[in-house]
Amino acid sequence: MVDITVSITVNGTRQEKSVEPRTLLVHFLRDQLQLTGTNIGCDTSSCGACTVHLNGEAVKSCTVLAVQADGGTVTTIEGLSKDGVMHPMQQAFMENHGLQCGYCTPGMVMASIGLLNENPNPTEEEVRLGLEGNLCRCTGYHNIVKSVLAAAKK
Amino acid sequence: MTMTDNRQNTVIGTRQLRREDPALLTGEAKFTNDLNLPGALHLSILRSPHAHAKIVSINTAAAKASPGVVAVYTGAELQSQWAGPMPCAWPVTADMKNPPHFPLAASKVCYVGDGVVAVLATSESASRDALDLIEVQYTVLKAVVDVEDALSDANIIHEDLGTNKSYTWNLKIEATEGCVEEAFQNAAFKVSERYVQQRLLPMAMEPRAVAAVPQPFGGDITLYSSTQIPHILKVMAALTLGIPEQQVRVIAPSVGGGFGSKLDVYAEELLCMALARKHALPVRWVEERSENSMATIHGRGQVQYVELAADKSGKLTAVRVRIKADMGAYLQLVTPGVPILGAFLYAGVYDIPHAYDFSCDGIFTTLTPTDAYRGAGRPEATYAIESAMDALAREMKIDPLELRKRNFIQKEQFPYTAFSGLTYDSGDHLQAAEKAAGLADYVGIRAQQAKQNVPGAKKRLGIGMSSYFEMCGLAPSRVLASLNYGAGGWEAATVRVLPTCKVQVVTGTSPHGQGHETSWAMIASEKLGIPQEDIDVLHSDTAISPLGLDTYGSRSLPVGGVAIAGACDKVIDKARLIAAHQLECSADDLEFAGGVFSVKGSPDRAVPMAAIAFAAFTAHNLPDGLEPNLEAQYTYDPPNFSWPFGTHMCVLEVDTETGQIEILKYVAVDDCGVQINPLIVEGQVHGGVIQGLAQALFEEAVYDTDGNLKTTTLAEYLVPAASDVPSITTAHTVTPSPTNQLGVKGIGEAGTIGAASTVINAVVDALSGVGVTYMPMPASPQNVWRAIQSAAQAK
Repeated sequence: MVDITVSITVNGTRQEKSVEPRTLLVHFLRDQLQLTGTNIGCDTSSCGACTVHLNGEAVKSCTVLAVQADGGTVTTIEGLSKDGVMHPMQQAFMENHGLQCGYCTPGMVMASIGLLNENPNPTEEEVRLGLEGNLCRCTGYHNIVKSVLAAAKK
Repeated sequence: MTMTDNRQNTVIGTRQLRREDPALLTGEAKFTNDLNLPGALHLSILRSPHAHAKIVSINTAAAKASPGVVAVYTGAELQSQWAGPMPCAWPVTADMKNPPHFPLAASKVCYVGDGVVAVLATSESASRDALDLIEVQYTVLKAVVDVEDALSDANIIHEDLGTNKSYTWNLKIEATEGCVEEAFQNAAFKVSERYVQQRLLPMAMEPRAVAAVPQPFGGDITLYSSTQIPHILKVMAALTLGIPEQQVRVIAPSVGGGFGSKLDVYAEELLCMALARKHALPVRWVEERSENSMATIHGRGQVQYVELAADKSGKLTAVRVRIKADMGAYLQLVTPGVPILGAFLYAGVYDIPHAYDFSCDGIFTTLTPTDAYRGAGRPEATYAIESAMDALAREMKIDPLELRKRNFIQKEQFPYTAFSGLTYDSGDHLQAAEKAAGLADYVGIRAQQAKQNVPGAKKRLGIGMSSYFEMCGLAPSRVLASLNYGAGGWEAATVRVLPTCKVQVVTGTSPHGQGHETSWAMIASEKLGIPQEDIDVLHSDTAISPLGLDTYGSRSLPVGGVAIAGACDKVIDKARLIAAHQLECSADDLEFAGGVFSVKGSPDRAVPMAAIAFAAFTAHNLPDGLEPNLEAQYTYDPPNFSWPFGTHMCVLEVDTETGQIEILKYVAVDDCGVQINPLIVEGQVHGGVIQGLAQALFEEAVYDTDGNLKTTTLAEYLVPAASDVPSITTAHTVTPSPTNQLGVKGIGEAGTIGAASTVINAVVDALSGVGVTYMPMPASPQNVWRAIQSAAQAK
């Protein structure tokens, strides 16, 4: 199969790259753009560590081919902070000890922002259901849920 | 929080946000697989699809010809690379059987996932693609899946050993031999229980990753690994590869969780190093999740037989325990020692003077090796005693909380010398239990239960509890020697005050989520009176922190944190000499507070640490004979384990028609002595509890009779999601440890140790009215429903 050229705007910068057709968006981000903040935790789209925003929506970047994102806009964890200040969701995770090892964190933060975009004032139960596609092994979710609820109040 | 501690701390005990977080929250942190290593070759490993088979032939020709492939090696072809087999550092008995274990199998595979062929290619996809082109012919042998069946030796896995039993380890109290039998004969009440600790997959969110970078002409090699143990790994890798130790540098970059699964020396680390040296190029490897399920160690895997004897008041008089512990196919770094870590805890938090009899068989199966997983032996022990206590309470028809109260070691009895000779440093079990009972509304739940759990009730209410001890902070080196452990239990720290009075704290601990940078800076700030933001914490690189014994067993704070306090003391002692010289007084006349030395009674005659640091650096005017610079190294070997404790309670409802469980409340009262950072303590408890709860309700490494793992992905292995678990009510009591200057104990494993038995006791409590007295883990809806049905049939 011949390589295909894609044009994807990532964190505000248009990136034109040649990819193998089988390249997943997560590999495109990590290997071709060196945006290694997006992590890979499984191979079955179960863990959500690779969650990014594609055209404003939270997606698992291991379930999207780079060619499917052609012409689209992607935001990764590296693109959230503005002028050296973390996004309110990132701040809420810090203030509420919503992370420990930090490996699931970029995906968890991206998914949490996506959740609040759809439901700005969720209940605890809605947060828990909304994040069920993102796994964390360290926190037991208690402080992640607290972080998202705190961010909703900001 | 009840602070019974009278320390005048101003930094320790405050809720400090973690300094680690911004890098982790923004993608700036680098995990091993994030490292950019131009020109690196990618390693992929062909793994055995059989649990037990002889390798007849391997054809690698097509793989070698595949695009991008640089080299392909079989186990036999790499055999000359190893100076010795992979290490097991804990030969628990003198006659323990330990089959040679090499990074790739050469003639025989012993579990699904055993490495067979290594492929090196210029890209990850090229090396993985080539695996499909390798042909291996096997003669399949019978799998040995069940740990108790394995003991029959009907199918011997390692023929040279002549048996599937690795060892038998006994803890018998010689002075009182015979008294156990006597206690059982005279007992008013007895229970005899069998529990199964199912195999668990640790499932750290970051799969393992390795990169070895050689310096072909300089002679050194740097190993990057997602490991908990860079220091131990350095020594072991040097020995296994036959490389002089000083030429090996190990770096653990950001590590995405461990839970014991990265407390090991793994084949892939050794393969990357050997192949990097052979090819004079960096070699890297990253684990796929399904590989992680098969090739990273498993946890638990024990069958436990527990007997309790009690007098007519319910006072325990004897404990007898027999364990069949599944080692898996080989002994990894501390595999055989895991059940031994629990051996001392089967009497739980109860006052049993001497009648204790423990024996454990370590047994090989054709499954993935087991090793330390969060709690390592101690959750298993706590589960057994706490479940058996509930069984005893049912037998006696008394309240399980009341039974525990009759047996707790009383707070006046501390320090308490146990039957084993170990001394429990401090505790107040009654206080923790009563606090938990209050928070869980124990009395109210019992009353509600009496109303709700009527015959035919669809939803039955249960409350369960577990009071635990966590023997942690591994440990006094001499005690470890008596257990045949292959290393000491000390931890090293260096505190270096730089010329501008900024501080570097160098630690031998190796964090992977625990927030050591934050907590260690707090300790140094408290001790030195220097602001936290002026203190940097360096770790996890053997070139920067050459001495250390790493992070596992809830040891980092009670050993490594105390080492930092000790190094600070040495810095203060030296600074005091310089201060006395500058103030022209005797060192004994100085007091030190808030980073300033002042003459007692004359607070104007004072000199701050900043002036001393600069004076130590310039060395223009130091006391005669004093070395320049303000730096101290201190190695702390604890005089005792630390003994955190607590009581957990869980309130839940079981739907008797569907087997579904709904947790209504989970209360964790933990006592880890003085807390450095309560924010982090709570986080450790939350995570630990959910991991223990996950064993109780969701997780199991399921094998078929041929030894195939059926739960290799996160789609099949049920790591709980946020929607599966409850919020947790945490509370604490504070009983300082008298054995270290900070009064601290560990907290990393406490939640896991308390949780599984708490949840299962609640499930059994809910269902005891319908005849259920035993609930296998995980208490899945199916298992719960079956237990209800079989209890109904037995009636």
